[in-house]
Amino acid sequence: MAPRTHSTTPETKNSTLIRTENLDKIYPLGLNTLKALNHVNLSISKGEFLGLVGPSGSGKTTLLNIIGSLDSPTSGSAEVLGRKIESLSHNDAARLRNKHIGFIFQTYNLLPVYTVFENVEFPLLLLGIDSSLRKIRVMDALEWVGLADRADSKPAQLSGGQSQRVAIARAIVKRPELVLADEPTANLDAENSHHIMKTMQQLNKDLATTFVFATHDEKVIGYVRRKISLVDGRIEKDEKQPRR
Amino acid sequence: MINFLLKGLFRDRSRSLFPFLIVAAGVMLTVFLHAWLSGALSSMIQSTAHYRTGHVCVMTKAYSEKADQVPNDLALLAIDTLVMSLRQRYTDLFWTPRISFGGLLDIPDEKGETKEQSPVSGIGVNLLSADSPEWKMLNIRPALVRGQLPSQHGELLIAEELARKLHVQPGQKATLITSTMYGSMAYFNFTIAGTVRFGVGPMDRSAIIADLADMQQAMDMQQGAGEIVGFFKDDLYHEERANAIARDFNVANLKPSDKFSPIMGTLRTVSGLADYLDYVGSFSGIILTIFVVAMSIVLWNAGLTGSLRRYGEIGLRLAIGEETGHVYRSMMVESLMIGIAGSMAGTAIGVAIAYYLQVHGFDIGSMMKNSTMMISDVIRAQVEPFTFVIGFLPGILATFLGAAISGIGIYKRQTSQLFKELET
Ligand SMILES: Nc1ncnc2c1ncn2[C@@H]1O[C@H](COP(=O)(O)OP(=O)(O)OP(=O)(O)O)[C@@H](O)[C@H]1O
Ligand SMILES: [Mg+2]
Repeated sequence: MAPRTHSTTPETKNSTLIRTENLDKIYPLGLNTLKALNHVNLSISKGEFLGLVGPSGSGKTTLLNIIGSLDSPTSGSAEVLGRKIESLSHNDAARLRNKHIGFIFQTYNLLPVYTVFENVEFPLLLLGIDSSLRKIRVMDALEWVGLADRADSKPAQLSGGQSQRVAIARAIVKRPELVLADEPTANLDAENSHHIMKTMQQLNKDLATTFVFATHDEKVIGYVRRKISLVDGRIEKDEKQPRR
Repeated sequence: MINFLLKGLFRDRSRSLFPFLIVAAGVMLTVFLHAWLSGALSSMIQSTAHYRTGHVCVMTKAYSEKADQVPNDLALLAIDTLVMSLRQRYTDLFWTPRISFGGLLDIPDEKGETKEQSPVSGIGVNLLSADSPEWKMLNIRPALVRGQLPSQHGELLIAEELARKLHVQPGQKATLITSTMYGSMAYFNFTIAGTVRFGVGPMDRSAIIADLADMQQAMDMQQGAGEIVGFFKDDLYHEERANAIARDFNVANLKPSDKFSPIMGTLRTVSGLADYLDYVGSFSGIILTIFVVAMSIVLWNAGLTGSLRRYGEIGLRLAIGEETGHVYRSMMVESLMIGIAGSMAGTAIGVAIAYYLQVHGFDIGSMMKNSTMMISDVIRAQVEPFTFVIGFLPGILATFLGAAISGIGIYKRQTSQLFKELET
């Protein structure tokens, strides 16, 4: 299951990947407003395996959205891979996501008409990578998640855990610097949750990919190396955890 | 990327097969309808030209004003010089004089008493010279059912249907009762040479065809004829050339103050087909438009349900960094592929059906029993180069419009909602 190639070595481990400064996100709420993020100051380095935790409504998804350039801050700044999210155009944001960020969703969102192989291949098509290289990369990614033998299956033929592993392969296949996962284990049983987390832990180790999770799940929290607790849009605690 | 889209299209039938079938069906109808209308129309134009008005037609001004009453008292006189000059001046047409007339055909028994009688409408045409264009224009030889073709004065052709009604055989005598051009009663004895069937309702119910010279004699109109008709030598109606010739002739010959001065009209103006032709033209236009609009709406709807079904897919593609415009364009490309494929299939089927009906024809005779329209009983569709093209207009336009409208939703998606949308 170990990746064949090590394109990046964890030597740059201390370089900053994400930095937010006084990040606010305010939603209109009827006549009032709702402060979903309140002065978030955060710095995430390359290679981290980090969890955003906190009660429902504390702003985890909102923060992940902004880091992932799907949304922009109301005030303050968020710098991801050297780009200021607040000043990106729609298409610049799309390009940033396309090239550098992988997403994993709670529901796997595989495309049902395509095979596992084609689902994983899709981000590479968008990047315009040619077919022979695509094939190598896709098979690598499927091997990392342990599903090389299911390349020709359709998503409907997979279990939830397998589907989520395909989704991980799809997020990782373009070897992004950053993978963002919102509640990746919410639909999985304990065993599959552990399997998924181990897979991602391995990828983090082997490819030095930075993972940021938003989660309630104690099982996920058990794996992360750094745990940032949000309460009402504020960072309340920022703790390092030992590797398990 | 195209491959990827194609794979998705083929595997997801609701996204390809359904719109494909709609497009193919709409295109097929358009193509077929067009071929059918052109066939019916050109058949009508041809029958009208052959049996009534020619492609162009010279009459006296007064006759032209009441042409539907065949007012032979207002007929052209001294036609030989007129025909000659027409033949000299307009050489790409055949020119031939005709007398249209109405009357009673009386079939006598052995004692000379009336046995059967029926109103008839007849034409007197040049039947006795072998180079007369009438043989071809009236399609006489193939139309002959019984008896033989007229070969001398006093012989008559009679519609087969009429002959059966009157219980007459070729070789029997018949008396035409009509009026001279001066208004007095006229009797003329004919021998029935043969019976004919033209396959054109009004002709087959009541027509007789006599020789022009006989009719001139019968109606006391020596050197006279109601009309001089002209036919383009390729037997096709060329509207613009016909107009130009008529204009040219009228400038030279028409004296507005003289009601007996000759005037030339075209098939379109003389036959009263003008309105009808316009009507059919705009009718086809309206049908096409309705097809485009209706198909667009159906396809728009299909596109909408499609993009609802593909909500997750589109969201995902936007989330992993496909540009909005790119997603939209790929939807358009998909619809274009379906539009082209559907149009090709629809055109193929439409042309095939039209071609079948071009070869075999479709008998509308029983539906046209009482029609006075000069339209052939057997209508043939007409496949022309344009038939192959016309379906692509609604086919592609409709898919394109449908996709363009339903795809607008893609631009309305907010990336900030994607995480939440993709969670459910
Ligand atoms: N589009 C929006 N409009 C208005 N309010 C919003 C919007 N999105 C989020 N919020 C509010 O912002 C706050 C933070 O929401 P967020 O989705 O980030 O919470 P979360 O920590 O991810 O919660 P959960 O654990 O339930 O997913 C919530 O109070 C939510 O109601
Ligand atoms: Mg959330």
